[in-house]
Amino acid sequence: MPATALFPRRLAITEIKLYLREPLATFFAIGLPLALLLILGAAIPDFREPAADMGGARPVDTHLPGMMILLSILTVAFSVMPSALVIYRERGVLRRMSTTPVRPISVLTVQLVINAVTSILATALMLIFGHLILEVPYPRMFLAFAGVFVLGSVTMFGIGLALAAVAPNSRVVQSVGAGIMFPLLFLGGMWLPRPLMPEWLLVVSDYSPTGAFGQALTDVLGNHAPSLLHLGVMVFWAAAGIVAATRWFRWE
Amino acid sequence: MEIITVENLHKRYGDKVAITDVSFAVEEGEIFGIVGRNGAGKTTTVECVAGLRTPTSGTINVVADLKQQVGVQLQDCSLPDKLRVGEALSLYASFYTNPASPTDLLAEVGLDPRVPFAKLSGGQRQRLSIALALVGNPRIAILDELTTGLDPMARRETWDLIERIKERGVTVLLVTHFMEEVERLCDRVAVISEGRALAVDTPAGLIARAEGSDRVIFRTTGSVELLKALPEVASVVIEGDLVTVTGNANVLHAVVAALPAGRIADLRTERTTLDDAFLILTGHSAV
Repeated sequence: MPATALFPRRLAITEIKLYLREPLATFFAIGLPLALLLILGAAIPDFREPAADMGGARPVDTHLPGMMILLSILTVAFSVMPSALVIYRERGVLRRMSTTPVRPISVLTVQLVINAVTSILATALMLIFGHLILEVPYPRMFLAFAGVFVLGSVTMFGIGLALAAVAPNSRVVQSVGAGIMFPLLFLGGMWLPRPLMPEWLLVVSDYSPTGAFGQALTDVLGNHAPSLLHLGVMVFWAAAGIVAATRWFRWE
Repeated sequence: MEIITVENLHKRYGDKVAITDVSFAVEEGEIFGIVGRNGAGKTTTVECVAGLRTPTSGTINVVADLKQQVGVQLQDCSLPDKLRVGEALSLYASFYTNPASPTDLLAEVGLDPRVPFAKLSGGQRQRLSIALALVGNPRIAILDELTTGLDPMARRETWDLIERIKERGVTVLLVTHFMEEVERLCDRVAVISEGRALAVDTPAGLIARAEGSDRVIFRTTGSVELLKALPEVASVVIEGDLVTVTGNANVLHAVVAALPAGRIADLRTERTTLDDAFLILTGHSAV
């Protein structure tokens, strides 16, 4: 194996083992959104009826899975991944590695891949179990769905990396991560669906990364094209996050 | 062969000068100590050698591939809590093209591969850190303050380990502020104080430089004024009936010959130690 590989196999295996040894991360990223989707979808009859304010779509087919996918991605992008990176920086793990032939950026790449795979897995499980248990149809516009999913993930991970870059220590990254996650979930429509938001809040939501991502997911799950505004907003936040992360990320 | 040469190393962080002027050369196969008290610039010096920091000016030449052939043990570096000892070594071994066997190394440092990092004692963490520095089969091992915080037993075990490393032909660059460690391990040392290398010598050579600091201590009721005139004597300090005479290596003979028999009691001598030598050289003690 070339020691300077961007994705060294042994490093990836080791990081996966460590990831699985923290069951809380996989619970919050995979178990919780999946359970919420199934429980809320089964328990609330209105979610299974066509809703007038959602253009006649069933919330269980569009809004609910959209929000749960958002929850899963935000959990890994704002909480699990940034705190792992900051703890590694804080404890000198990255610095120690920088004296070996492996490049510290490999750790970052491996972390990104593991967390991205986690949210892909969570999403796949939600689509499959939603289909089997709640009779949620699979996304018909699958390519559009995948495209929105990837763009939204890049956006959220970009912001998460920027957070890891500027946070001075792991306590800060954990509390700031949680502190921005909940308002962003709210703007995404988690507790107040966007069609019910007052006009001014809807505008704020439109320009927030989660509002744009949440609506785009709901659109493609309901077989509508996402709006260009929301795609543009996501591209903007993705670029802002990645530029900030590249500018300020420190290995030690 | 000189495997590491450092010439006129100077390192500044903003306005703060960490290293003013440090020069030394390390011979292949020796244990070379960098001694000085905390804040003297020892760690900055070796971190420049290891390529972790860029010198402000000066030259550093290391005759080895910095990443592949230099193993580094740093202060304040830990591993993920749930990473097991064996996994850590296999992981680090995978970074190198020609690694040592993790199993052999673990046997050598006496660690159980199944224990997670969080459950290791301070001494075990240091031994793991040394094993990680050696897992790439390096030509040079840089070890920074590796026995700080260890109990005397663990420290002795670590010293044995470093001697075995040297027997394998590895050049060791050792940062320390323990004079006992220097005397036990180092072939040569650079004494660093306030960012300057004040001397580069063998431990015995440093002691020889401090000649004139052997001490003879005894009790007497009589006068010792005549001692001050002796050529072997550098100083005489009298506290009540306790007399401390400092001088060169022949001071004991001179004192005994000069004073009438029966006038002195409780006589003992103290040879110049490396601590004395360090004190004389730098004007302060190492710790």
